[in-house]
Amino acid sequence: MKTVIQYIRSLFLLELFKGMSVTGRYLFRKKFTLNYPEEKAPVSPRFRGLHAQRRYPNGEERCIACKLCEAVCPANAITIEAAPREDGSRRTTRYDIDLFKCIFCGFCEESCPVDAIVETRLYEYHFEDTDKAAGNYIMTKEKLLAMGDKYEAQLADDRAAQAKYR
Amino acid sequence: MDFLIGIYEWLPVWIQIILKIVVIMAPLMVLVAYYTYAERKIIGYMQIRLGPNRVGPKGWLQPIADAFKLMFKEIVLPTHADKTLFLIAPLLSIGPALAAWAVFPFDTGLVLSDINAGLLYLLAMTSIGVYGVIIAGWASNSKYAFLGAIRSAAQIVSYEIAMGFALVGVLVAAGSLNLGQIVEGQSGGIWHWYWLPLLPLFVIYFISGVAETNRAPFDVAEGESEIVAGFHVDYSGMAFAVFFLAEYANMILISALTALMFLGGWLSPFQGTFMESWFAWVPGIVWLVAKTFVFMFLFLWFRATFPRYRYDQIMRLGWKIFIPITIVWIIVAGAMQVYDIGPWYQ
Repeated sequence: MKTVIQYIRSLFLLELFKGMSVTGRYLFRKKFTLNYPEEKAPVSPRFRGLHAQRRYPNGEERCIACKLCEAVCPANAITIEAAPREDGSRRTTRYDIDLFKCIFCGFCEESCPVDAIVETRLYEYHFEDTDKAAGNYIMTKEKLLAMGDKYEAQLADDRAAQAKYR
Repeated sequence: MDFLIGIYEWLPVWIQIILKIVVIMAPLMVLVAYYTYAERKIIGYMQIRLGPNRVGPKGWLQPIADAFKLMFKEIVLPTHADKTLFLIAPLLSIGPALAAWAVFPFDTGLVLSDINAGLLYLLAMTSIGVYGVIIAGWASNSKYAFLGAIRSAAQIVSYEIAMGFALVGVLVAAGSLNLGQIVEGQSGGIWHWYWLPLLPLFVIYFISGVAETNRAPFDVAEGESEIVAGFHVDYSGMAFAVFFLAEYANMILISALTALMFLGGWLSPFQGTFMESWFAWVPGIVWLVAKTFVFMFLFLWFRATFPRYRYDQIMRLGWKIFIPITIVWIIVAGAMQVYDIGPWYQ
């Protein structure tokens, strides 16, 4: 009896009509697609995008060249050279992040005792020239500080929003 | 109007022929182009995506952009391919798909060549299309293409039998091989169309049509998971585009034929009801196109819904289910015809 019922079911294509009713319903559903350049997905304050170096409100750079970030970096993307400045304070003379090596794990930011190296929300960037010699893929200290200056307001807000979870 | 007809008759015969070809082919090609767009859009919508929407407003120029891209691409000739056959195959594929339209009646008397064996001619033309597939697979000299061609050939040949039998049912009902007369035989309203007395044949004809055109869920001939793209793996650029055109032209042809033979072609669905006079101004071709679009949409709906059949299942369906059902229903249809059962046959 069971086989007969099964046979009749398959003969009248019941399962197939069921499937088509599902896709037919989905035809009128609201679509999930984001029209990317015009519409953008919301970004979390914890987002780990392109790096930046922050300054104190008085304009002094935060980084003290402790090299914790260099040590913690799992991809060995950070290279730091340090020397005393004229006023005797210890500062970096070179702070390079190799963006081809970086895996954007955010450990540098976590390890930093003075919140100097941070990651911004910026994820839409590109290198004009992939030639290694051009060095565009390296975030130098100047570029990092410039990024920090540009996005300071946003960075400070995000850090403040996250302060109670840290 | 008389003036235009005068000009037309004054033209040399070969220009008249070309004009006739253009009048049928141009709308068909535009329809094919926008059918691909509709396919991507509808399947996208069924998968909660948006589909192409970048080229032109709402993506309307997408098919044109695709055509341009394919035109400017190189046609790669594989080193060990049979060059002549390799280039002939796409033509063999699209030729019959377009030639079949010669006997297709669009309205009462609106047919390029009103031959009495129209249905036979159509069966012949749709069968010849398989040569394009076989030759393409063989000439490519690649195992994937060859396997795809063999699969596709076996499938098309098997389903042709079921399709032929389904059409025999139509023949029995209409008593004519002339497509125009088949439609006229269905006049008298929606209950006189052949979909009702020949319901199993109608379903089998359309499903066989899907299998004939190698569309999902019967697209093992191009099953990308195992044989990449089947018989046209080695084709690129315009040669590939011609196969593509042939496939879509065949889909439109099958849809149009189903509408013609089972849904009363250009006949108004309101015939015989009180609403008949309200829609009397609608030209018959509008009804035909509307019915065709329903089946064209079904092709896309199937593709968005069903997973691909296993090969032995396809063969089982074709030989062990469709052919017996059609044979039985031919007998039933014949009996209904002889003993005047039901309201459908006059």
